[in-house]
Amino acid sequence: MAINHEVLDKILLPYPDKVKKNRIKHIVRKNPEEGCQQIEANTRTIPGIISQRGCCYAGCKGVVVGPIKDMITITHGPVGCGYYSWGTRRNKARADENTPPEQIYGAMCFITDMQEPDIVFGGEKKLAKMIDEVVEIFHPRAINICATCPIGLIGDDLGAVAKAASERHKIQVLSYNCEGYKGVSQSAGHHIANNMLLEHVIGTGDAKSEPEKYVINILGEYNIGGDSWEIERILHDIGYTIQGVLTGDSSYEEIKNIHIANLNLVMCHRSINYIAEMMEEKYGTPWLKVNFIGVEATKKSLRDLAQVTGDETFIRKTEEVIAREDSVVLPVLEQYRKICAGKIAFAFVGGSRSHHYQHLLRDLGMEVVVAGYEFAHRDDYEGRQVIPTIKLDADTKNIPELDIKPDPERYQEAHVHLNLSKEKYDEICSRIPLGYYEGMYPDMKSGNLMIDDCNHYEAEILVKRLKPDLFFAGVRDKYIAQKMGIPAKQLHSYDYSGPYAGFTGAMNFARDVAHAMTTPAWRLITPPWEKETKEPGDNNA
Amino acid sequence: MLDCMPEGPVEHTIGKINPAKTCQPIGAMYAALGIHNCLPHSHGSQGCCAYHRMHLARHFRDQVLASSSSFTEGASVFGGAANLKTAIRNIFEIYNPEIIAVHTTCLSETIGDDLPTIIKQSEIPEGKRVIHTNTPSYQGSHITGFSNMVRSMISYLAEATEPVKKEQVNILPGFVNPGDMREIKRILQEFGIPGIMLPDTTNVLDAPLTNRYSLYPEGGTTIAQIADTGNSKQTIALGSWASDAAGAMLLDKCKVPCVPLRTPIGLKATDDLIMTLHEKFSCEVPGSLAVERGQVVDTLIDTHFHYQGKKVVIFGDPDIVIPLTEFVLTMGMIPKYVLTGTPGARFETEIKHMLGEYQVEGSIVKAEGDLFQLHQWIKEEPVDLLIGTTYGKYIARAEDIPLVRVGFPILDRAVHPLMPIVGYRGCLRLIEMISNTLLDRRDRDVSDEDYELVM
Repeated sequence: MAINHEVLDKILLPYPDKVKKNRIKHIVRKNPEEGCQQIEANTRTIPGIISQRGCCYAGCKGVVVGPIKDMITITHGPVGCGYYSWGTRRNKARADENTPPEQIYGAMCFITDMQEPDIVFGGEKKLAKMIDEVVEIFHPRAINICATCPIGLIGDDLGAVAKAASERHKIQVLSYNCEGYKGVSQSAGHHIANNMLLEHVIGTGDAKSEPEKYVINILGEYNIGGDSWEIERILHDIGYTIQGVLTGDSSYEEIKNIHIANLNLVMCHRSINYIAEMMEEKYGTPWLKVNFIGVEATKKSLRDLAQVTGDETFIRKTEEVIAREDSVVLPVLEQYRKICAGKIAFAFVGGSRSHHYQHLLRDLGMEVVVAGYEFAHRDDYEGRQVIPTIKLDADTKNIPELDIKPDPERYQEAHVHLNLSKEKYDEICSRIPLGYYEGMYPDMKSGNLMIDDCNHYEAEILVKRLKPDLFFAGVRDKYIAQKMGIPAKQLHSYDYSGPYAGFTGAMNFARDVAHAMTTPAWRLITPPWEKETKEPGDNNA
Repeated sequence: MLDCMPEGPVEHTIGKINPAKTCQPIGAMYAALGIHNCLPHSHGSQGCCAYHRMHLARHFRDQVLASSSSFTEGASVFGGAANLKTAIRNIFEIYNPEIIAVHTTCLSETIGDDLPTIIKQSEIPEGKRVIHTNTPSYQGSHITGFSNMVRSMISYLAEATEPVKKEQVNILPGFVNPGDMREIKRILQEFGIPGIMLPDTTNVLDAPLTNRYSLYPEGGTTIAQIADTGNSKQTIALGSWASDAAGAMLLDKCKVPCVPLRTPIGLKATDDLIMTLHEKFSCEVPGSLAVERGQVVDTLIDTHFHYQGKKVVIFGDPDIVIPLTEFVLTMGMIPKYVLTGTPGARFETEIKHMLGEYQVEGSIVKAEGDLFQLHQWIKEEPVDLLIGTTYGKYIARAEDIPLVRVGFPILDRAVHPLMPIVGYRGCLRLIEMISNTLLDRRDRDVSDEDYELVM
């Protein structure tokens, strides 16, 4: 069934007027004749609406800084926030030449566990004492302190506690004022974390660039289900050296030195574009938006990257690796295409996945007819060209923008970073969009829907009307969709599978998606004693 | 695994490392899901609600719907009244529940939002209800939050309207799985005693997949039933951390007497429940239950050599851990370390008393502890088995000790919320889990010549 205005009206009909006025701006039905269609994003969720969104703390601690494996992250607050963000995002990490196993803290959870007197009289002493004990017990290389809601209200000065602790213990102690109420979603927390890492960690190492190597960073890749390891496998095979992945399986030691890279790759644009941009301003490091989700998308990203190097060896080696991987992956996907082709899906996830996975689903012959982000900004939908036109509201203004100046010693022009002549660089830029992200919009088909901060009510109506074959979302929505008879896969945690990135990931994903749709139980919903009047899975008539 | 753990004694006096509890609001949300046609509402920033829904959905593998006041910085400075009023209006218009159960968060508690006043000033459609409870995350634990919400249900909704109390029992099941609540209801049915369970998450968080979808599943205690708890002649409060406060409120408000009992986990605690029902309602104990009890004793004798004398760790929520400790003592096992993250000195007193009865010495018992401490003790003197939540799996792997998953949360296994650990049937399930786990370990570890067909 097509999504037409009638469907849209039906969605909005029962809303109170104020809600309707608000939500209509967050829903765009793609119509290329209307030119660039504007979507409202990164604005407040309406109180009472069952949103998928989390908070600033979740974006800062949960997404960006929590996964750094050799840092101890202490959550300063009552017990809950640290507890819920303990081990639940599947950021895999392992020991390597930079980090021994005894300096990995991913399976641990550190909380000041504030009690009523701490709220009344302040929690600074408790925090300082906990830092002292943690240093004494674990000897971490560095510590993060993440604030929870009450901290901003009671006025604990995390910066001062961190500074004093840092002086006492001679290690870096970073504090993040990522109270949950800041901003309108996780997005504010990403920004706060990005600022802190850029200002205080990146560039503090003394590694020197290595001219014989081509060094890249992968920004906005969190190694969920081992995605980063698959991406690194491919990049290593082509011959690239990877300095840092932010922040999947990453270490403080590595992040200090990511300034030596020739180029930054950006996976999740939403959570890390700030560091990409600020490194460009501070060091001149150019960045390339990539997408390693999907076979064709991975190939395009690898080819774009090879082109940016301007190096024939990389270009040739890229084609060799692609040919090698294609020969393994394509026959497997072909098998699953038989199950998946022609099926339609909804995708409501994070800040880039709802776009990235459209490519992988297309590899399988599937189409995403409704897509949306939880916490994206307009540029993630419409492309970065809209950034100058985005009006900053009070919620956004509360997150500080750093004033970045070129590093007097380390700044180099982009073409110097890339070992290219200015002419060659300009020529490459005319073909490959460095420093640009086009957003989801160009990849959506005409007539399909983009919904920002889609809520339970809208999703329910759309599922009933469009009866998708698959529903991609987080764990909060998975079981809702399944109770409606729609197979659902978690795209935050991959239902504990993975990797889904790269070539191996595409095969894993194809298998999991096919299993989700074909598992025999879907045909057993109607018991034999109830007259069979409905098609299997047709739960919503 | 956990290579960062220190060797030898260390000073850990402050904060929690690997906590064995979480915050109050999630308990309140779970309790509210056990009211029919209810939307739980979290009055704070939206991350709390998102985290709680996520965590409950992972444990129950079922839909968990709840809304949030979605505080921004402005609300945090000026108070959340406007957010809550908007939320209440929107919820009734869009989601149309019969009742909204609001709980607070550390944010709204720190601000000091006055919920009764805000609710009074809100537009509430005729026939609809809004109740609230205070759940400051900086006191107690998720069990406290559960307890507070159930007490609030009573204080808002229970009414003593009948001149003579009805021959029915109120069961306050505490923070247990729907599978446990279902089993307790079955025991009442075997007796033929009418009962009201509050809250009741059966058919909510163990809901079947059918051809019908509903925002509000079929289960949950109805508002009429909650009101009618005031007319019951007896309340049985299972688990004192989760249920005593509501039981006391029913006595106070509606003059319904309350017998506080342990959660009926294990033979002794189940016997206590059966005897209370038998005595208070002057009913014969049904033969079917006598058979079940006899099966438990029979099994204990048949299998004691699988587990007797083994040293075991038990950790989790106090209302689960206390009767579970009693049961493993009944099984002849030695509770070496017993820990809860929830505060309450009574936990230590009760467990130590039981250990004394069985003449078990040299054990450590701790309330308000954490899993880092527990791990340190295990490193000091190892045990044969861990019984507790999923969070024990890191210690289990690091120290190569088998783990039997019991309690909340269990995030890495399925089906458990549907399967009871309460009642005599629950005893059999616990014996089976414990025995099989130890035998599987023995099968894994022994040499070929010691590998046995019959055990």
